[in-house]
Amino acid sequence: MKINELIDSHSELTDTAASKSAVVLMTRIRLARNLAGQPFPGWAKEAQKRDIRDQCMQAVAALPQMKRGLAIPVETLDDLQKQILVERHLISRELCHSKAGAGIVISKDQSCVVMVNEEDHLRIQVLRAGFQFKKVWSTINALDTNLEEHIDFAFNPRLGYLSACPTNLGTGIRASAMMHLPALVISGQMEKVVRAVNQLGMAVRGLFGEGSDASGSIFQISNQTTLGESEEGIIKHLHGVLNTIIEQELNARQKLLETDPNKLSDKIGRAFGILQNGYLLNSGEAMNLLSLIRLGIDLDVFPDTQRAVVDRLFIECQPGHVQHAAKGAFDPAQRDVLRAARLRSEFAKLTHPDFTRSIK
Amino acid sequence: MANSLKCDLCSKPATVHLTQIVNSKIHKVDLCEACAQAKGVTDPSGFSLADMLLKASLNPEPTGDAGKCSACGFTTQDFKKNGRFGCPSCYEHFSKMLEPMLDTMHKGSSHTGKIPQRAIARKSLYERLTQLETELDQAIKSERYEDAARYRDELTQVRQSTSGKPPAET
Repeated sequence: MKINELIDSHSELTDTAASKSAVVLMTRIRLARNLAGQPFPGWAKEAQKRDIRDQCMQAVAALPQMKRGLAIPVETLDDLQKQILVERHLISRELCHSKAGAGIVISKDQSCVVMVNEEDHLRIQVLRAGFQFKKVWSTINALDTNLEEHIDFAFNPRLGYLSACPTNLGTGIRASAMMHLPALVISGQMEKVVRAVNQLGMAVRGLFGEGSDASGSIFQISNQTTLGESEEGIIKHLHGVLNTIIEQELNARQKLLETDPNKLSDKIGRAFGILQNGYLLNSGEAMNLLSLIRLGIDLDVFPDTQRAVVDRLFIECQPGHVQHAAKGAFDPAQRDVLRAARLRSEFAKLTHPDFTRSIK
Repeated sequence: MANSLKCDLCSKPATVHLTQIVNSKIHKVDLCEACAQAKGVTDPSGFSLADMLLKASLNPEPTGDAGKCSACGFTTQDFKKNGRFGCPSCYEHFSKMLEPMLDTMHKGSSHTGKIPQRAIARKSLYERLTQLETELDQAIKSERYEDAARYRDELTQVRQSTSGKPPAET
């Protein structure tokens, strides 16, 4: 598979049918793994990194899960291609900036990705739309076990899998959920939630991970510790916390409906109006408007079938995707025009909001 | 307040007092307004005490010079600068410096999760192979031919059960 083919083909996140959970957009687990007896990527010489990459990519690309996927050195990708992969949550920003010797292997359905020579030799990642920790864990566990057949991982019986950064030591696992929490944001409760989640030893980040903002009321919540607890234990613990947050979000929605239904209808209605008629939209504003439409879908204001459309647009209104769709490089001002045009045409097809079913 | 708390990072008067429970261990941090902002304590997009404790625990000069990792030449200063190690062997070489950090960073200090069973089996098989080869050599040298024949048969058996590829050193 070639990179452009992959970019244009259907992906787990952009083309999955209406996800079952209204609040959790995506479930993701990654495992950090390193080769035994080799310096970590940040300390290895360029030639060593290339050897490590060759060995890893060969082993990963041969896995049954990666059949007919894409295996490519990072330096052969142009900036736009890299940006698109970041926007699809397939690779990290850090990998894009890595100099020589980094690589990517992506499965055909874009649900399994292995980053080679990012912070660790191998960052194995599986993602699925919706709230699906069980499925994601069993997939990534099998992938990891298959890989173990061909690669000797750096492992210490007492410390577990050895990672470049001691914060990932042990299981090397980071389980995360991308959550859509508009009612908690509208009702000003998000800061409280972040504080509580942090106190439980979990991290809350914006849409694109560390340092990114939470436009569209989308947050990533993940475990912070990796040593001293089994993978299943870590996932179970996180799962419990996420369930509580889902409950809080649904309560907040109910409360908004009860206390000020007109305010909520107004927000959703205006969002629809701007998406249908706007001519200049930056990605932050587009995300926030789409977020309100998604909330409307959850509240039965729009038909459920439109959720997949909105989830796809969350990704396709990002700068890289906008430029790719328009087949060229465009500056931010031009992108705002293109983005608005795209959203106008998508929203021309959507049915008008009907507030009678949920908001009375 | 005669004895007000000072910021853990810059020793100005602290106005933000944060308590985080990481896996039933209580961690307290006192920060001034500016440092709290800088560390994102008030930022909803994410703040983790664990991250900060790690960095704070790296700030003081590492106790004693642990020298260089014999495998990759990495030093404590390199770790202080990057917050990452040089190679898997660094974990053994810098274990003294690492132990107290792991306590604050993680739930426990020993691994209870997945084990790479196949790689470990492969390694022990390889070790058995090397051991048999040595024993065979010694038996031949000391002219214990019956023993040698036994070792040879066992070697053939073990080799047949594996491709005999040596695992890398951990």
